[in-house]
Amino acid sequence: MAEVPATADVVVIGAGIVGNSLVHHLTRLGWKNVVQIDKGALPNPGGSTGHASNFIFTVDHSREITDITLDSVAQYKEMGVFTESGGFEIARTEERMEELRRRMSSAKAWGIEAELVSPEFVKEKVPFIEEDQFIGAFWTPGVGVVDSLRAGTIMRERALATGELTVVPTVEVTGLDTEDGPHGTRRITRVRTTGGDIEAKTVVIAAGVWSPKLGDMAGISIPLTPAVHQMISVGPCPQLAEKEGEISFPIVRDMDTFCYERQHGADMEVGSYAHRAILHEPEDIPSIEQAKLSPTEMPFTEDDFDPQLEQAYELMPELLGAEGAEIRYAINGLLSLTCDGNPILGESEVAGLWTAAAVWIKEGPGVGRAVAEWMTHGHSEIDLHHSDIARFHTHQKRREHTRLRTTESFIKTYGIIHPAEQYESDRDQRLSPMHDSQAKLGAVFFETAGWERPFWYESNAGLLEEYGDAVMPREHEWDSRWWSPIINAEHLRMREAAAVIDLSAFCIFDIEGPEALDVVQGTCVAQCDVAVGKVIYTPVLDAKGGFRSDLTVMRLGEDHFRVVTGGAHGMADRAWFSGHLPEAGTTTLTDLTDDVSTIGIWGPRARDIVASLTSDDVSDAGFGFLSCREISVGGITVLASRISYVGELGWELYVPMSQAADLWEALLEAGAPHGAVPAGIGVYGTTGRIEKGYRAYGAELDGERSIVEAGMQRPKVKAADFVGKEAYLAQRDADPQTVLCTLTVDDHTSASGVKRYMLGGEPILTRDGGSLTDGHGHHPYVTSAGSAPSLGKHVLLAYLPPEQATIGNELAVSYMEELYPVTVGSVDATPLLDPTNDRIR
Amino acid sequence: MSVNPLVCVKRVVDSSGEVVLTEDGQGVDGRYAGFTMSAHEECAVELAVQVAAAGNGSATVMTLGDADAVEQLRAALAVGCTAATHVVADSQAFGPADVAREIAAVVRDHEAAGTPHELVLLGNDAADSGDFQVGIRLAYELGWPVVNGVSTVSVADGEVTASGAGADGHETYRLPLPAVVTILEGGVEPRYPTVPGRMKAKKARVEEREPGVAPTGASRLRLVLPPPTPSSVEILGEGPSAAPAVVDLFERLGVLAR
Repeated sequence: MAEVPATADVVVIGAGIVGNSLVHHLTRLGWKNVVQIDKGALPNPGGSTGHASNFIFTVDHSREITDITLDSVAQYKEMGVFTESGGFEIARTEERMEELRRRMSSAKAWGIEAELVSPEFVKEKVPFIEEDQFIGAFWTPGVGVVDSLRAGTIMRERALATGELTVVPTVEVTGLDTEDGPHGTRRITRVRTTGGDIEAKTVVIAAGVWSPKLGDMAGISIPLTPAVHQMISVGPCPQLAEKEGEISFPIVRDMDTFCYERQHGADMEVGSYAHRAILHEPEDIPSIEQAKLSPTEMPFTEDDFDPQLEQAYELMPELLGAEGAEIRYAINGLLSLTCDGNPILGESEVAGLWTAAAVWIKEGPGVGRAVAEWMTHGHSEIDLHHSDIARFHTHQKRREHTRLRTTESFIKTYGIIHPAEQYESDRDQRLSPMHDSQAKLGAVFFETAGWERPFWYESNAGLLEEYGDAVMPREHEWDSRWWSPIINAEHLRMREAAAVIDLSAFCIFDIEGPEALDVVQGTCVAQCDVAVGKVIYTPVLDAKGGFRSDLTVMRLGEDHFRVVTGGAHGMADRAWFSGHLPEAGTTTLTDLTDDVSTIGIWGPRARDIVASLTSDDVSDAGFGFLSCREISVGGITVLASRISYVGELGWELYVPMSQAADLWEALLEAGAPHGAVPAGIGVYGTTGRIEKGYRAYGAELDGERSIVEAGMQRPKVKAADFVGKEAYLAQRDADPQTVLCTLTVDDHTSASGVKRYMLGGEPILTRDGGSLTDGHGHHPYVTSAGSAPSLGKHVLLAYLPPEQATIGNELAVSYMEELYPVTVGSVDATPLLDPTNDRIR
Repeated sequence: MSVNPLVCVKRVVDSSGEVVLTEDGQGVDGRYAGFTMSAHEECAVELAVQVAAAGNGSATVMTLGDADAVEQLRAALAVGCTAATHVVADSQAFGPADVAREIAAVVRDHEAAGTPHELVLLGNDAADSGDFQVGIRLAYELGWPVVNGVSTVSVADGEVTASGAGADGHETYRLPLPAVVTILEGGVEPRYPTVPGRMKAKKARVEEREPGVAPTGASRLRLVLPPPTPSSVEILGEGPSAAPAVVDLFERLGVLAR
């Protein structure tokens, strides 16, 4: 058996599906002197991989998870460990059928073969199912099962064959040593193990449910929780035993009872997500010696499973009640859950210490490849920003947060989750100074990054009557869930008079020091060497020319820049800029998010309102667009920035948290005679934005999109170097493979006569329902959808194949399996409303 | 005449490589390994179900244990027992004599209620305390004949035939009913529950009762773990060439016969 080497270029902790995939892809990408350790024995060291049910359903509403899954399937197939079985997701209720129709949208958007089928179709393929128990099903022929342990061995052996991997099982990590770097940073230096210490500058924690424990050793939070997924195995069932091989019948997901039935040889495995959330602490997982089976196969708690057993029996009585079929195996299997359901990947705040955790079998090989690429090149082919460990805000790093959120989400594993659905637990973590005032105005709060943000104000309900049908009311409950026509009323009032919007959730950080200009120049695409007092809107790219972010930068001094970015992605942006600070430590990044609040005021009357509160010159000549400076508003000194994300004249006012509530009241009071109202994020994030065709990171923009494809290129590229410049220049010279377009829905009437409104994620097809494919081989889908009340239209953004990107082109959007006609209104960033941007001036 | 055996089970911690004791040293901690009944008792349950089936009777399971011990009763109900009695008590406070007295009380009360047991089956010894006493003490208490440590049982003509491995070879005993028999694992293959069996067990009524008398206890000071036995690893080889060595080992262990 191998000894623990004294040094390594990279240490991978864990030999489950993720660790094995990582060592394979790292050595493939040229890493040398790779060491992989695990506290268990090989090939099954006792983690979640060892007891996984190993089936893969490919369609997910998340593009990121779907892409990782599809890549994993391709890798499993290449290794010869994938068996295609097909899979059904069955519906017992009409509500679920609607969800399956929505799943069809995702399948079409991601280009996965799927169809809605009748119970008889299911019965044909699964003869032992009771077809009167359900009303329809979603059929994915490409669903299959994998041998994840064998795959792990194959990948490990491929890595060993390069001669660059040393594998040492049965050694346990006892410590992770770090050293201090410049400006408060730390770097990994050493892995301490029961078999000796390893000096290494790069370490990956791929230890599944144990990862938080390892993270603690280095003082970082890996916020996942081990959670129980119950599974039993019933057999031998004669109907299954007579078939050759591991699986001959499609897998059935009984969506409304939150369980699945998966053939495994002569046995039927029944797994459940219906029981109470049973969470464990990583410290309470037994050792291999203390466990009855393996550390992650905890004792079965029968009472939790009993209701599920009856439901499964109802569905397959002849099979599960067959003579001789017994419950031969039953476990409370541990798997990893996170507060938002996404994996935890990427470099932690300790430089060189990476994570690849909270990954399921369907994602393992894809994650291994993507993280290895990220470690090698600084970016991955598949955009991983929803899974980036840097995404977590302080309140999300608490174990309590993970525990509360996963307790709430576990039961929704097979649930019907509305795209705007809000969590109920662990709310009110971050309240703006205006929160009390907003609550009195009947604000309906949605959460972003822990902040409670008003989405609309019930106090504005009176506007509904004033604007009548112009608020574009939605008849269908699903379309109007987590939505209100008041949003559109607030929008119309903003365009008519003005609106005051709380933007406290902005992530704000200052970069100061002699190299401050170099830092922003080197990270931002736009020219940052501008006069003090200028405001810059800029994309931020990775080296391959994909979006890292889009944000605004204000030059507050020669050596002082302020970066303002959205709350949701703010922590990752902060990490990106921090990572580009010079080693010397003379230039610093200071997070002001909790010190500075932001209030926006926009609309044709915004200038009058601000002017009534200040003696400073706020005329266009005295305070031009894209400029910023300190002014006094209502006796409060604020940093005013003339910029707009809603396409109106106005300012963002940056104000100390302690004075924000006073400023808020002053603006509302001074605004009232002008007709101004408080408006929510529904206006700021959707209606105002979409009328102007403004792109949003995470919707239109991500690591797989380029500036050119997003239609955001400027005539010139600055001379200064910046991350992604080379790639960006090449993109400008090439024909785009896909083009971001704005479309309007021509007719909302469904077959039943109810008008329907798309919410995002739906496929764009030809007028008669034919599939479209862009130059990347991707199919167009709606990246953002929303009312454009000033246009009286419902607007969709989507990347279209270049040949389809012509104004007036007539296409269709598929929503809940019905086609609605749409027309292309814009094929670049030209807004549908006010294309010459007169309103902003 | 039908045969209606009573089988006695105890909720114990399941087996694992390393035994974890409770902090007070009075018992085994089951938080990692979970709970079960011992392998001897699983065989006793299987024999009780077979005897009842062969004798047109029904098998009753009983336990003395805390509220959670109902799980073990339901496990026995799921594999063919049709009635269950739960003496709700802290089993650790009960020594072998106490337990024997409580079982005897159940036997007498069931007889008085018109549902007599002609045969009481127990495991040879409990997996946690290993006292080896309850069966004999129960027989003494009831004044019934007893045989210990057998692995098969059958009933015919008012007589129970019990057999198993003895010191000098295979031993077979015949006892007149009513009788007490304690079972060693190995004679029968206990069945797993079926799905319908488990569903039925969930709904079955369990007779709950209080202990009859205050326990005198086991007089146990504390449990102490033996020092870990040193283990050695012998690598038989790698890849297909190791196969003959594995076959040889299996033959030596007696799990494979050529």
